[in-house]
Amino acid sequence: MTILPALFHDWFAARGWQPHPHQLGMLSRASEPALMLIAPTGGGKTLAGFLPSLVDLAENPGVGLHTLYISPLKALAADMKRNLMTPIADMGLDIRVEDRSGDTTQTRKKAQRADPPHILLTTPESLALLLSYEDAPRIFAGLKRVVVDELHALAESKRGDQLMLCLTRLTALCPGLARVGLSATVEDPPALAQYFAPHPSPCAILTADPGPDPDIAMLTTDTPPPWSGGGAAYAIPEVLDQVRAHKTTLIFHNTRAQAEIFFHNLWLANEDALPIGIHHGSLSREARARVEQAMVEGRLKAIVCTGSLDLGLDWGDVDLVIQVGAPKNVKRLVQRIGRANHRYNAPSKALLLPANRWEIIECHAAIEAALAHDLDGDPRGPGPRDVLCQHILATACSGPFNADALFSQVTGAGAYAALTRADFDACLAFAATGGYALKAYDRWQRLMQRTDGLWQLRDPRQAQRIRMNMGTIIDTDTLKVRMRGAGRKPLGEVEESFAASLTQGDTFLMGGKIVRFESLREMEVQVSLDRGRKPKVAVFMGTKFSTSTQLSARILELLHRNPLPPLPDHTRDWIHLQKSVSQLPRVGRILLESFPHEGRAHSCIYGFAGKNAMQTLGLLVTRRMEEAGHGPLGFVATDYATLIWSLEPIADPVAMLDPTGLRDGLEGWLAENALMKRTFKNTATIAGLIERNLPGKRTTGRQATFSSDILYDTLRKYDPDHLMLQITRDEAMQGLIGFARIEDMLARTRGRIDHVHLDQVTPFAAPLFLEVGKVPVDGAGAEALLAAEADRLMAEAGLA
Amino acid sequence: MNGYDFIFAGTELTMLPSGALWWGQARTLCVSDLHLGKSERIARRGGTMLPPYETHDTLARLALDIERCAAATVICLGDSFDDLEASENLDDADALLLSRLMAGRRWVWIEGNHDPGPVEFGGTHLAELHAPPLTFRHIARPGAAGEISGHYHPKARVSLRGRRLSRPCLLHDSDRVILPAYGTYTGGLRADDAALARLMRAEAVAVLVGGVPRAIPMPRR
Repeated sequence: MTILPALFHDWFAARGWQPHPHQLGMLSRASEPALMLIAPTGGGKTLAGFLPSLVDLAENPGVGLHTLYISPLKALAADMKRNLMTPIADMGLDIRVEDRSGDTTQTRKKAQRADPPHILLTTPESLALLLSYEDAPRIFAGLKRVVVDELHALAESKRGDQLMLCLTRLTALCPGLARVGLSATVEDPPALAQYFAPHPSPCAILTADPGPDPDIAMLTTDTPPPWSGGGAAYAIPEVLDQVRAHKTTLIFHNTRAQAEIFFHNLWLANEDALPIGIHHGSLSREARARVEQAMVEGRLKAIVCTGSLDLGLDWGDVDLVIQVGAPKNVKRLVQRIGRANHRYNAPSKALLLPANRWEIIECHAAIEAALAHDLDGDPRGPGPRDVLCQHILATACSGPFNADALFSQVTGAGAYAALTRADFDACLAFAATGGYALKAYDRWQRLMQRTDGLWQLRDPRQAQRIRMNMGTIIDTDTLKVRMRGAGRKPLGEVEESFAASLTQGDTFLMGGKIVRFESLREMEVQVSLDRGRKPKVAVFMGTKFSTSTQLSARILELLHRNPLPPLPDHTRDWIHLQKSVSQLPRVGRILLESFPHEGRAHSCIYGFAGKNAMQTLGLLVTRRMEEAGHGPLGFVATDYATLIWSLEPIADPVAMLDPTGLRDGLEGWLAENALMKRTFKNTATIAGLIERNLPGKRTTGRQATFSSDILYDTLRKYDPDHLMLQITRDEAMQGLIGFARIEDMLARTRGRIDHVHLDQVTPFAAPLFLEVGKVPVDGAGAEALLAAEADRLMAEAGLA
Repeated sequence: MNGYDFIFAGTELTMLPSGALWWGQARTLCVSDLHLGKSERIARRGGTMLPPYETHDTLARLALDIERCAAATVICLGDSFDDLEASENLDDADALLLSRLMAGRRWVWIEGNHDPGPVEFGGTHLAELHAPPLTFRHIARPGAAGEISGHYHPKARVSLRGRRLSRPCLLHDSDRVILPAYGTYTGGLRADDAALARLMRAEAVAVLVGGVPRAIPMPRR
C-alpha cells in the first residue's frame, strides 16, 4: 500500500473500504501514455479511472484543465459529478469538477471555455464541438489525462470513431496526454486496445479480476413457448413470481415494441399491483428520468426495459436480470447480466426467457457460451469515411489546417490507421468542393486552399452552420406524442411513417398506456387516454440485432450433440422429429428442404447467417428463381432460415446459391432498395451534405425541403462513383443488407448443399409459416396496386 | 401519350406523367416551379454543396416533353429560377440547353415569388397571362375561374395494402388547376394542407404523377 497517498488511504479506511487491486494498478501505471482497464460491472471502474487524477491534483494543485472524462451518456456525466464530489469534499481537496453537455446553459458553457475546471465531464459530441472552436488550444492547454468511459459501447458506433478522431486532435494539442479507457468485458481486448491506442504506439491493457461466474439459467415455465413470435406472453405468471421473489428485477427486451407489449401484458396480470415501470429510448426524457429516479429510491420491483438500460450507473438494488427473447449476441448478454448485483465478488443472477422454440436452443447455446467465457462480436471495419468528412469540416471551423498534417494526425486513430492518402484526399475534396465529377462549385466551395497551402473556410460564418450539424447520432424521423390539451409533457415518440398510418380512433401502446389517436397537429401526435381496447402496436425503430455468427455456429454444433443437452422435452422431441423426417442443418453446409404445401412449392434454406442476411438471401434467390421461371411468390426470413414459396420448385439449388455473379445481380435491385436510401440519408447527413439544422429556421417547412431520395437518385444518374454513393454501398453491404455475411456463408459452404425432397412441411420449417414479415414478390409492381386503389377511391367518392 | 385527359373551362387538358400540363388545342405546354439553379443558390448562401445536376436534369426532362408534344408555346408558371441571380449563374452547358429549347417557339416566363423580375434569357416576361378561356398565374387567387397556377408544390399520399406511396400531384376542380412542381430538387406540400383545402372545392380531384397519372379524390384531413 505504498502507492496510495496517506490522505487517500485514510479516506478508504474511514469508509471501511479496501481499494481493489486494479484501482491501485491504474494508479501505479498512471504514467502509461495509453492504458485500458477491463473490469466487470460493479468493479469500481470509474473510480479506478479517476484515482490517478485525484492523487495528482491533490499533490500538484494547479489551474486549468487537468482531466477530461468522456461518457456516452449525458446522465452518466452528471451523476459522475455527484459521485466525485463526495471524496473531494471528504478529503478537502481543492478540485473543481463540472459537466458539459447539450443541456448545459450557454452562460455556463462560455464560462467553462474562459476558465476551464480541473475535471470536465462531457460527451463525445460536446468534445467535438469544443475542439471546433478557434480557442481550442487555449481551452485544452495543460490537459494531462483523458478518461473514456464505456469504451466498449462507444467502439461499436460512429460516435466512437468520431471520438477517436477527436483524441488524435487532442493529442496534437497536448503532447504527453495520457489516455485511459474503461471497458466492460469484451471478446477481443487487443482489438479494442488497438482501436483506442494513439497509433502507432500501443495501448497497454489492465484486466481486473472478472469476479465469480454468473448464476445463469433458463426460466422454466408450465406452458411451452409458442412456435414463433417474440412476445413471451406465455410466461407472464412465472415472471411475476420471480419479480415477487426478488428485490429489483430488470426485464430486458430486444425491441421497444416487444417491451411495450410485454409491459402491457404484465400489468393485465399484475393482481398484486407490484410497482413495475418501463424504460426505453422512445419514451420522453421526463418519463425515463421518473423511472430512473424511482429505481434509485428502490420504489420499483421491476423495470421492463431495452438496451436503454445497458449502460449507466448502479441503479438501485438489482438482484435479478431476465432476458426476454434470444440474446442474439453473447457479449451483450454477459454485459446485461452484469447489471444484476452490482457488488464485486458476488455472482450476478440472470434468467433467460426464450420467446419461441428456436430461441430455446439459442438461449441454451448462449448460456453455454457465457459460462465458457466465449464472447462474440463482429470485428469493425475500417473507420467510416462520412465521419472523416465531418471531422475535416470541424477541423476547418477551428482554423486553417495543413492537409499533410491532418492526414498524419487522422491515421493516428486505430480505425483510420490504414486509410490511404487517396481516400483522405477524396474526403477533403468532398468537404471542399462537394467532390463532384462536374466542377460546379469553384466560386462557392466550402473550403479553399490559400496561397500558403493551408485550407480554410471560404466564409468564416459557415463555422456556426457546420457546428450546428455536427454529431453522428441520426434520429429517425419521429414525431412527439402528447396528450391532448395544452402544456402537457410529451409521452414519447413514434416514427413518422407510423403516425401517418393512424386514423382517428386508432389506439396504440405508449409507455404502457393505451392511447387513442386524435389528430396530427404541428408535427405532433395528439392522443387521449383510452381504456380497455386492443391496441395496435407502435413501430419504433430501435435496434434490430441479428444473431451473431459465433452463436449461430454454437447452435449448429449443439443440434448434433449426442446425447442432446438438457433441453425441455418438447424441444428435444422437435429436434428428434426433424432428424427423422428430414435432417439437421450442419456446419459448413447448407440444408435446403423442398416440399409442397397448400398447392405451392416451398423451399426452406437453412443458412444461419442472421436475419438481415437471410432476408437479403430471400431477395436474391427469388430474383434468380424469377429468371429461371420458377414463379416465386414470396418469402419470409428469420435468423436461421429463409422460406420461399413459388409456383415451381427449385430445380438446381447449386445454381440458385452460386456466389459468383451474386453481387452483380444485387446491384440493380439494391440501388432501388429503401434500405440503401436510408443508409444514404444517414451517411450524407453525417458527412455534411444534408443539414439537419439551419440557423434561425425551423426545418418543418415541408414545401421547401425535399427528400434525400431525390439526391440519391440524382447522384446515381449523373455521378455514380461519387464518394457518398461509395460509402453508402459499403455500409449497406455490411449492415442492413448483411451482404458480407451472405458472401461469407456461401464461400464457407461453397456448393455443399444438402437438398432434401419431402412431401410435407418439416418440423424445423413449420415455425416459419407463422412468422410475421412475409415479403411478397410482385412482378406486377406498385403501379397495378395503385391503379386498382385509385379506381376504388374514385368510385367510392362518386367521382368516377 | 400516357396522360390523364380532363375538361377544364370547356377546353381539353392533359396531365403528363412528368408533371407538365399539355393544352393540345393551343399547342401549349405548361410547367411550374422549375427552380433552376437551386443547388447553386444554396451553396452561394453558405449552405451545402448538393449534387449540381438538377438544372440539367430538369431541362432534359422538359426537352423530352417539348419534343414529344411538339409544343409551339411553353409557359413557365413562375419560380422558374430559384432566384434571379441563379438565372445569371447558370452553367454554360445548361444555359445553352435552355436557349435551344426556347429557339423557334413562343416562351412565356410568368413571375414567381422566387423570380419576380425579368431574366436574361429571351422570351416574354409577364405577371400573368390571359389566354381565354384560361388564365395563367403563379399563385392561385381566391374567387378566380379558369385559372392555372403552381406555387404550392402539391403532393398526395395513398395507402396501398400496408405500403404508402407519396407522389407529386395536380389538383383541379371546376375553377382552378394547381400544378405540381416540375423541378428535380423540389419538395411538396401535402394536398390535405389547410392552405390547399381552402382553395379547392369539395369535389376536387388530385392527379398523381411520377408514374402513369392516376386520379384520386383530393385528400382531406
